[in-house]
Amino acid sequence: MTIDTPVDPNRDARTETLDRVVIRFAGDSGDGMQLVGDRFTELSAAFGNDLATLPNYPAEIRAPAGTIAGVSSFQVHISDHDIVTPGDAPNVLIAMNPAALIANLNDMVPGTTLIINSDSFEQRDLDKAGLTTNPLEGNSLAAFNVYTVPMTSITVGATKDLGVKPRDAERSKNFFALGLLCWMYTRPVKPVLDWIEKQFAAKPLILAANTAAFKAGRNFGETAELFDHPYEVRPAALRPGNYRNVVGNSATVYGLVAAAQSAKLPLVYASYPITPASDILHDLSKLKNFGIKTLQAEDEIAAAAIAIGAAFAGSLAITGTSGPGLDLKSEAIALAISLELPFVIVDVQRGGPSTGLPTKTEQADLMLAMYGRHGESPLPIVAAYTPSQCFDAAFEACRLAIKYRTPVMLLTDGYLANGAEPWLIPDLDALPDISVEFATEPNHGDEFWPYLRDPETLARPWAIPGTPKLMHRIGGIEKSGIGLDGADGSGSISYSPENHEAMVELRARKIANIANDIPLTMLDDETGDAEVLVLGWGSTWGSITAGLRRIRARNLKVAHAHLTHLNPFPKDLGDVLRRYDKILVPEMNLGQLSRLVRAEYLVDAQSYTKVQGVPFRAVEIETKILEMLG
Amino acid sequence: MTEEVVTLTKKDFESGEEARWCPGCGDYSILTAVQMLLPELDVKPENMVFISGIGCAARFPYYMRTYGVHGIHGRAPAIATGVALARPDLNVWVIGGDGDMLSIGGNHLIHALRRNVNLKIMMFNNQIYGLTKGQYSPTSEIGKVTKSTPFGSIDYPFNPLSVALGAEATFVARTHDMDRKHMQATFKRMHEHKGAAFVEVFQNCNVFNDGAFDGILKRDVRGDMLIQLTHGEPIRFGSEGQLGVAVNEFGEPRVVEVSAVGVEGLLVHDEHRADPTLAFALSRLANSPTMPTPVGVFRDVQRPIYEVEVQAQLAATLERNGPGDLAKIIASGATWTVE
Ligand code: SF4
Repeated sequence: MTIDTPVDPNRDARTETLDRVVIRFAGDSGDGMQLVGDRFTELSAAFGNDLATLPNYPAEIRAPAGTIAGVSSFQVHISDHDIVTPGDAPNVLIAMNPAALIANLNDMVPGTTLIINSDSFEQRDLDKAGLTTNPLEGNSLAAFNVYTVPMTSITVGATKDLGVKPRDAERSKNFFALGLLCWMYTRPVKPVLDWIEKQFAAKPLILAANTAAFKAGRNFGETAELFDHPYEVRPAALRPGNYRNVVGNSATVYGLVAAAQSAKLPLVYASYPITPASDILHDLSKLKNFGIKTLQAEDEIAAAAIAIGAAFAGSLAITGTSGPGLDLKSEAIALAISLELPFVIVDVQRGGPSTGLPTKTEQADLMLAMYGRHGESPLPIVAAYTPSQCFDAAFEACRLAIKYRTPVMLLTDGYLANGAEPWLIPDLDALPDISVEFATEPNHGDEFWPYLRDPETLARPWAIPGTPKLMHRIGGIEKSGIGLDGADGSGSISYSPENHEAMVELRARKIANIANDIPLTMLDDETGDAEVLVLGWGSTWGSITAGLRRIRARNLKVAHAHLTHLNPFPKDLGDVLRRYDKILVPEMNLGQLSRLVRAEYLVDAQSYTKVQGVPFRAVEIETKILEMLG
Repeated sequence: MTEEVVTLTKKDFESGEEARWCPGCGDYSILTAVQMLLPELDVKPENMVFISGIGCAARFPYYMRTYGVHGIHGRAPAIATGVALARPDLNVWVIGGDGDMLSIGGNHLIHALRRNVNLKIMMFNNQIYGLTKGQYSPTSEIGKVTKSTPFGSIDYPFNPLSVALGAEATFVARTHDMDRKHMQATFKRMHEHKGAAFVEVFQNCNVFNDGAFDGILKRDVRGDMLIQLTHGEPIRFGSEGQLGVAVNEFGEPRVVEVSAVGVEGLLVHDEHRADPTLAFALSRLANSPTMPTPVGVFRDVQRPIYEVEVQAQLAATLERNGPGDLAKIIASGATWTVE
């Protein structure tokens, strides 16, 4: 497939075409790096590039200005072909101050272009960054392609006639940087100007300053003769269709809403603010004309309990959180397991334990999702593997919860939540019908037994308050709830030892049976005779896929299985694993999935771990596989 | 079409499940009072939901032929909030004890009251942990000797009504398990209130804290020890009507001899005062069940109901923007087409 890009009559004839580029904007957290990173991403998305992003910011809203701790960065990888990660190492680093330069320098390979705001290298800036010498002097940056640009002073100059206060003028320097990068990579200008216009409509001075700064950045690129020519990255030949750019938390929201609509159920979302899950609450709170009710609860426990109440009353009930919040919700989740009510828990994983790394990614809640409740309390676990795929994963979690009347854990993570990629907009009409029928009639003579089960799914009836004749009480105490083949399904309290054991087994069987209702293992083995299988789950999909491409480019064989369902596992997983001599399980934890598959299938799954709050690099996966291939 | 008029009886509200409280427990009389009252209220059993946490009192929903959830310790007000949020048309009653609601669930209680969710919250206060076999509770008096306080409790207790009033409750009342009529009158008022209602029920735990309220509830002392609050009436009590409540020079209500201040000197009870100061002061007239203690409705005011406001925001947005269109929202930002 080829893409015809209309030739821009103003195109600089010296423009050099690249197939991909990785850019990292880095500055102080007050410098607006996330904002310009987002803008650059949106522009590139609308331009038709494939892309992946990696925002990285401190947990503090304003860490001390100018310090290493306060550095915020945004990496974007744009390309003219299908890509799967935000890129291992940037080609270009924009450093707004010494701290941003130093904090990011370790990730730069020789030859990387560094564009540095030279106005912020005064002695006090160096002091704040803890530097004793000025890195712009001497030859510590000799391996790089360094451009120093006085961004602050040019910005202040460009805005001085607008009547903007000097402090505000300085703050527009991020738009200068954006303008410069837009020139360097031949990005369209108008969408940025339109966006500034809309965003700052209420603040005309800031609007004017940002516009002036952006234009100054572009003009600087064009006229300064510092850079000899611009570059371009052509649109990518993605699958035909309509695209938009999406971050994982938004895709999760759309998936939940799509599920509620398909299920024809009102959506209730109860949650407590927590990074990096809060955006789900923010976004759902806007959708009032969908009939969606959101409640910001007094605490994490209440959020889960409120959702359970809403589920009892017949809503699609959802709560969202991150690790520390999930700890608190454990007891309520176990209640929902005992009540057998549909309930989706979204866990946007972050670095732990305790407060850990609130703004960084990790996938170390798998064991918590699997076993983090007292008693034998199994529940299905669904995991998203790319930002846009959060849509499908959220829909699937709701489908299972509704069909099997069970809480379902949806695992995403900080990288997926905030990372962006193009999304082939789904055809909502083509989504499966997951609607549910509430009980309407007594099911045991003229009585209603809340635990009289569907013999196939083992799900119990969902009878909602307001329905005559179906009044019933359910609770967390063990109950007579077998409700199969004539056994008692009354839900009355039962402390009988035999009944308890039968109930424990039945709840386990109900979840295990879901293996018959989920896809087989997602397996990528081009030739079918690879020796090494890489097994992954969640957001490592991108890194593993990119690593595999490198291996295959060497004409070596390697297979990749990626799990979207972690409980139950796909029913063919054991067979798949046993087919390979060597199994590598890369995870951003200390080997949680590898332990689960070793225990379940007695296979020698080798764990490969990274717990640094950032995704694996493709080269790390590549190197590890090469090692295994010998 | 005419709807069949069915007269309900107490039996229609009995689940048939055998109640498992200790013989003689005060919970039985509260259950009977509620089951006898409900047929008089204009509610259908299918539109009633009883939600509870954990504890002796929390077994209550199992005995009601209504919808019910026996939840987890302390979380009943939150679970009930979810039910009411999802279905504002239902009558949601919340049952719990002093440990359940004021200790482990204190947070949920105060926030349900603050939000003014339309919940009818009944707290059976027996000043002890019953189900765990006799530890002191957040309403037990200082010095109480229990299994966990062999040398006497040094934990200063909560005054439940002060907590509720401090949490912005719009309806606050107190009754006790020895007087079915009083309970029913109080529960009826609670039911009629629109918004969050909190009722403290003095309840005797005859196994672990027997006679905790004897000092005010024994038949021969009740006259002098219970102060019935009646809206619009001077607050007056005593077997001969010889006692009353008047405000001192600091604005604090105090028990006085009527002869000392005259009837016109007595405080006239006003449930509807927007400012909760007086209700709060009345709640503190007695700080243990050894002093003359007010019962009845302390406060009954109107404030927007949480779930009604939620519904109103949905309706207003629907009116303004039309029904939500997910496909449109997904495609609302920048999109592009790959041919
Ligand atoms: S322990 Fe006390 S409160 Fe509990 S059932 Fe027995 S008497 Fe009633």
